[in-house]
Amino acid sequence: MSTTVLTVDDSRAMRDMLRHSLAAAGFRVIQAEDGLHGLEMLEAETPDVIVTDINMPRMDGFGFIEAVRRDDTRKALPVLVLTTEVDVDKKNRARAAGATGWIVKPFDPVKLIEAIRRVSA
Amino acid sequence: MEDPMAAIRETFFQECEEQLAELETGLIAMENGTAEAETVNAVFRAVHSMKGGAGIFALDSLVRFAHVFETALDKVRSGTLAASPAVLGVFLRAADVLADLVHAARENTSVDESRTAVMVAEFDQINNAGEAPALAMAAAAALAATGGLFAPELEDEAAPAWEISFAPQPELYAKANETAIILRELRRLGPIDVRLDTSRLPELSELDPEGAYLTWHIRLSSDCDEAAIRHVFEFVEDDCVLQITPPEPKGFVPGTVITGDNGFKFEFFPPPEAEEEEPVMEAPAPPAPVARGVQAQVIPPKNPAVEVMAAKAEAAAAVSATIRVDLDRVDRMIDLVGELVINEAMLSQRVLEAGIARASGVAMALEELEHLTREIQDSVMEIRAQPVRSVFQRMPRLVREVAAQTGKQVRLVTEGEGTEVDKTVIERIADPLTHMIRNAIDHGLESTERRLEAGKPAEGTVKLIALHRSGRIVLEVSDDGGGINRVRVRQKAIENGVVGPDAQLSDDEIDNLIFLPGFSTAAKVSDISGRGVGMDVVRQSVAALGGRISISSRPGLGSTFTLSLPLTLAVLDGMVVSARGHTLIIPLSAIVETLKPRAQDVFPLDREINLLALRGGYVPMVDVAASLGYSEQFIEPEQSVALLVEGEGGVRAVLLVDAIHGQRQVVIKSLEANYRAVPGIAAATVMGDGRVALILDVDAVVRHARSDAGSRTPEPLALTDAN
Repeated sequence: MSTTVLTVDDSRAMRDMLRHSLAAAGFRVIQAEDGLHGLEMLEAETPDVIVTDINMPRMDGFGFIEAVRRDDTRKALPVLVLTTEVDVDKKNRARAAGATGWIVKPFDPVKLIEAIRRVSA
Repeated sequence: MEDPMAAIRETFFQECEEQLAELETGLIAMENGTAEAETVNAVFRAVHSMKGGAGIFALDSLVRFAHVFETALDKVRSGTLAASPAVLGVFLRAADVLADLVHAARENTSVDESRTAVMVAEFDQINNAGEAPALAMAAAAALAATGGLFAPELEDEAAPAWEISFAPQPELYAKANETAIILRELRRLGPIDVRLDTSRLPELSELDPEGAYLTWHIRLSSDCDEAAIRHVFEFVEDDCVLQITPPEPKGFVPGTVITGDNGFKFEFFPPPEAEEEEPVMEAPAPPAPVARGVQAQVIPPKNPAVEVMAAKAEAAAAVSATIRVDLDRVDRMIDLVGELVINEAMLSQRVLEAGIARASGVAMALEELEHLTREIQDSVMEIRAQPVRSVFQRMPRLVREVAAQTGKQVRLVTEGEGTEVDKTVIERIADPLTHMIRNAIDHGLESTERRLEAGKPAEGTVKLIALHRSGRIVLEVSDDGGGINRVRVRQKAIENGVVGPDAQLSDDEIDNLIFLPGFSTAAKVSDISGRGVGMDVVRQSVAALGGRISISSRPGLGSTFTLSLPLTLAVLDGMVVSARGHTLIIPLSAIVETLKPRAQDVFPLDREINLLALRGGYVPMVDVAASLGYSEQFIEPEQSVALLVEGEGGVRAVLLVDAIHGQRQVVIKSLEANYRAVPGIAAATVMGDGRVALILDVDAVVRHARSDAGSRTPEPLALTDAN
């Protein structure tokens, strides 16, 4: 079974890019357009890793991660934050919300894949 | 194959156009004082998103400018910068510069750097009004030094930053030291930014499991002294390569900030120290103050360059983004296209009547016109098409609720959310689908104990699938439950007098009994599906949409409900028939088959009602012309063409007409809206010759016929065997 990665990002270009590079690395990629959509996807899917953006409409990455962690079965689900935010406060907020890791865009596909492999191992 | 990166790049630019438009609209709303709380966030997100995307394609000048812009917007968002007219003026001008940067990037040209430099300087003025002027100067210096480029991370640094490079040796790990713990200790001194250098990591085949290949580059923002940092590494200092570089003097050296290749950073947060408390959902941030009450602002003069305007107009034309259109306008267009279709058909007929040869130029041009008309019709219909996602998205929550109410474990699997269907259809399938899913969980799935007894996983699966099949949308709701309990269904049907006690029913027919009104086999009345209201209601609402529903069930393995609906409600596939000189349309979805009745199969019940023997069953025959009052005379069944139709609840009848003229797609015209409701008639359409044809309401006609027949038959009719 290949590793399933749920990506949550409101940018189409970013979604396409993530799908393209992660699928090429052999991951099964499912995608959501914002936090709420991500939660809906989680109702139907059980990804091995989540990669989420922070700034999104409807529900941002912080809210999304908090909601993911509220579910006991998802306490150990790795959630990587992929964002252009470099603000330390935001990073700390993401960590407090329960994020597993923080990756700063522009992302390097090779390293992102490596990070995903590491947290999903 | 198309280069995927080129396609993604194109998507990015399309998205930029949308975001630029959103940015401008939002800023203007803020300026006019008509902005809503969400506007500031949307404006911020637009710029932020462009920055993120630009990073993928290494559009550095775009990234840097967007970053400066975003920083200022973030201040407005967080309330530290008031959205004064002056500030908004800067924002609007910056939006123009940003648009130019996007267009330049798209065409691989560049923008005059003095323009961005001027803009960045303006940002510095507003960004640093009253705060941290030193940093502003530094930023300006950075800008000057790097030729209009701006290092993204400058503004986030408040405390002096120590640079620590930490490369553990194998011995460190051998002593059971945890780098995560060390990093955590370091974090106690101040915020850290960690970059993991994996460049020494060998191929897996060459990897020594006890080797040490990683180097951490840590940026620690802290006022502490070097001893404090060394203290953290106290136990491991001999087992690692440690470099500690003191902070740069304030006012940093410009142009040195982007760290790592491609600016990539990865921080792996150490595990939380202790079981953290249940996170509390934060209240949404209070809306940033918006310049309300600022009326009649003159929009500051934008950059006057004419070519900028021209470029803008050009770019605007190139946008293939989405627009919102009033539904009424679309409907008006659909109406007009409907007229066009009719007109074209009329013209064809006239040309044919005029005896013009099929191979003539006129006829060929006409054929071309027909193709074009069809294409326009299809395209217009597509405008109304929407993915079923919006309906599917409501289902997980429903499943959760019903699962909780019934105490069952349920997993919902959805497929084909992107399947498109007419907007009206979408709005009207939500209720039937809700019902079907409730039903699947409540009645379809067994209790957890039963499942386990049957050797099934405790968790039941309900599947919801949407797909296109031969011009219709098919929705399937399936469960892996126990299937239909046919013994009980049959027994119930006999109890309720729905079928005779000795009726011979196929499995399929028994399964389909559950669609009959007042039918429920649930042993106890549940508050989920209720009793008796359910599948018949579903069937009715589906039928009202011109759809059909069927069930297939396998004992012990589960049931599948299949719902097939037309893609649109504005066009109907119909069979053109005539009855005593009147042209009528019978919806194709209702027709099961066409027959030519033989005299020996017709059994008169009385003067008005005939039954047709059909594969072992009897079906009432309806003379369409007589039932609509076109004629007092009844047609001789052998002289007629018969259509076996199925109405609501699977009840069947045979409709008798004079002749069938073929199939045709017709545009539905409401009779109620243009005339009044007529019993037995669903709607009207205009035919190619310009005459109005009525669309038969098959359900009403069948119902009528069966009630007539039923009142004269001593016992309930058995369902016919259609197989």
